[in-house]
Amino acid sequence: MLLEVKDLYVAIDGKTILKGLNLQIKKGEVHAIMGPNGSGKSTLAKVLAGHPSYEVKKGEILFEGNDLLELEPDERAREGVFMAFQYPVEVPGVSNAQFLRLAYNEKMKHSGGEELDPLEFDDLLREKAKIVEMDPQFFKRSVNEGFSGGEKKRNEILQMAVLDPKLAVLDETDSGLDIDALRIVSEGVNKLKSEENGVVLVTHYQRLLNYIVPDFVHVLADGKIVKEGGKELALELEEKGYDWVKAAGN
Amino acid sequence: MTVKAKLATGYIKEFARSIEASAQQDWLKDLRRKAFEYFTETGFPTSRDEDWKYTDVKEVAGGQWSVANHANAISESAGNAVNKIVFVDGIYSEDASSLGELPEGVVVSKFAESGDNEVFQENLSKIVEPEFSGFSALNTAFIDQGLFIHVPKNTKIDEPIHVVMVSTGEFTAFPRLLYVGEEGSEAEVLEVFTREFEGPYLTNAVSEVKLEKNAKLIHTRVQRESHAAFHIGVTKAVLSRDSVYDGTNLNLGGKLARHDANLEFTEENGEAWVDGLYLIEDGQHTDTHSRIDHKVKNCLSHQNYKGILDGKSRAVFNGKVYVHENASGTDAEQSNKNLLLSNDARVDTKPQLEIFNDDVKCAHGATVGQLEGEELFYLLTRGLNQDLARNLLTYGFAEEIINKITVPSIKKDLDEAVLNRLHAKL
Repeated sequence: MLLEVKDLYVAIDGKTILKGLNLQIKKGEVHAIMGPNGSGKSTLAKVLAGHPSYEVKKGEILFEGNDLLELEPDERAREGVFMAFQYPVEVPGVSNAQFLRLAYNEKMKHSGGEELDPLEFDDLLREKAKIVEMDPQFFKRSVNEGFSGGEKKRNEILQMAVLDPKLAVLDETDSGLDIDALRIVSEGVNKLKSEENGVVLVTHYQRLLNYIVPDFVHVLADGKIVKEGGKELALELEEKGYDWVKAAGN
Repeated sequence: MTVKAKLATGYIKEFARSIEASAQQDWLKDLRRKAFEYFTETGFPTSRDEDWKYTDVKEVAGGQWSVANHANAISESAGNAVNKIVFVDGIYSEDASSLGELPEGVVVSKFAESGDNEVFQENLSKIVEPEFSGFSALNTAFIDQGLFIHVPKNTKIDEPIHVVMVSTGEFTAFPRLLYVGEEGSEAEVLEVFTREFEGPYLTNAVSEVKLEKNAKLIHTRVQRESHAAFHIGVTKAVLSRDSVYDGTNLNLGGKLARHDANLEFTEENGEAWVDGLYLIEDGQHTDTHSRIDHKVKNCLSHQNYKGILDGKSRAVFNGKVYVHENASGTDAEQSNKNLLLSNDARVDTKPQLEIFNDDVKCAHGATVGQLEGEELFYLLTRGLNQDLARNLLTYGFAEEIINKITVPSIKKDLDEAVLNRLHAKL
């Protein structure tokens, strides 16, 4: 099992958001977490990444059988957990290439792989950038600074491509994307998913799932999974709206 | 004996000797005498002066340093810059200086050879007046060595001019620069204050810049004095119609450093950047005062000053933007962000806008803080450990200013200085 979430309760600012969430993900699987606003979708993504503002009240998260909650965010990343941010952060003054090389080398150091110097890394980055059709001009620019919404999301997937995670959690990666950017980002993810990794798509809308087809769909309402099914569940949701499952959950 | 008079005694002897030995034109000697007279009347500023409230110059005023009489040999400065003029302890060094081929009519000359030049006569000491402070009066009184750059109409200098001031011992130096860019001229000037000596000394510098119609100047000032040294400097630029001034001031050195970065728009449609970075550590005090005067319509000013403080250090930023009554259409923005890497560091920041016209667009702000929050989390989620993530963010904070520098060798030096300061390798 790649990821096991067991009876998870999570609070932020004293307010409990996740209330007994269970989830199991195996390698090679794509899971979609859907749900209305405020249902706890993004909370789940942030807890997996280790955001310090979220407090786990109860339950556990196992990553490849080990306690994920014991690890700091950077340790989780080096172990192979990746979250693509809904709102990628701008880092002025730090170039994309410099940032990505540091991240890549930290991971290599951890896994005993070969660290790359700037020239070697540039070659690797050029290869990876093709996955999200990104112009090498972006390498020199400060991380996300002045990027459009679509460029920021593509940059997240580029980071995923470079870091090659075992588990990728994509938090509302489709939000704010026009149709072309959505296609590019989705194709990027499709190229990166494999039998060796798992992908979690956190999304409000079904349209992303036209491009990245999930093996499982989980519907979250009020901090719990209230319905689960295959890809057809997303279509049903699109048609009937969330009230239908909310009612089912009650 | 009053404190003022006592403080001045050392300088009285030095001044008498200096003016005696001088072969300067009478007008210049007169200017110097008047300035010295003003200095002896006013003395050095004290913390009772509003503009010097947080910076006590007692130690500077009480120091006894002599004026050097020859240029010591130095190891290496300004690398292989095509145009470099080097002053050692305030004295022009023939050996270390060299100029590439300059366009016709361009004047780059030591003050000793400039006395009869009309443009020099018209402008010297008119932009920064001796009365600006006791220090500028003293600098004017000791005008001897110095550099005059005059770029004639529609002339562009391709290679930057590096003006390098190197300190090698316990002296007081009075560097002075006068730059006059005529209509349509373009140039880049770098002033670098550096040292081959780690002890105490005093640099008292004045730079005057005049840009005529549609002239452009990139002006970078790098202050890397010894951490036992004192550095007091004034830069002022005066801009005519359609002219552009891009100034960047990097303050890394000095036990006590003060820089006044001033600018005045005297005709419409000028645009200016007066940016800077101060990066200091334990035992350093740095003070930036800036005054930008929008005296006329439709000018744009941008000011982005950043500070990084470590150990027990202290910074002062006081930035005034005056929008005068006639200055409608002014667009002015000012920002001063500070990053404190230690609990013992302290910043006093005071961005000030004084607006006397309604038809303007102005914004200003200041922050003082530590690294935290979403930026840090973002880097951690990419596998960077805490130290590395913090160092990278701090480096990025500084790079926003350092990236403005177009001369690769200078940029590289500064990158390294930032990383050394962070004890980091990126």
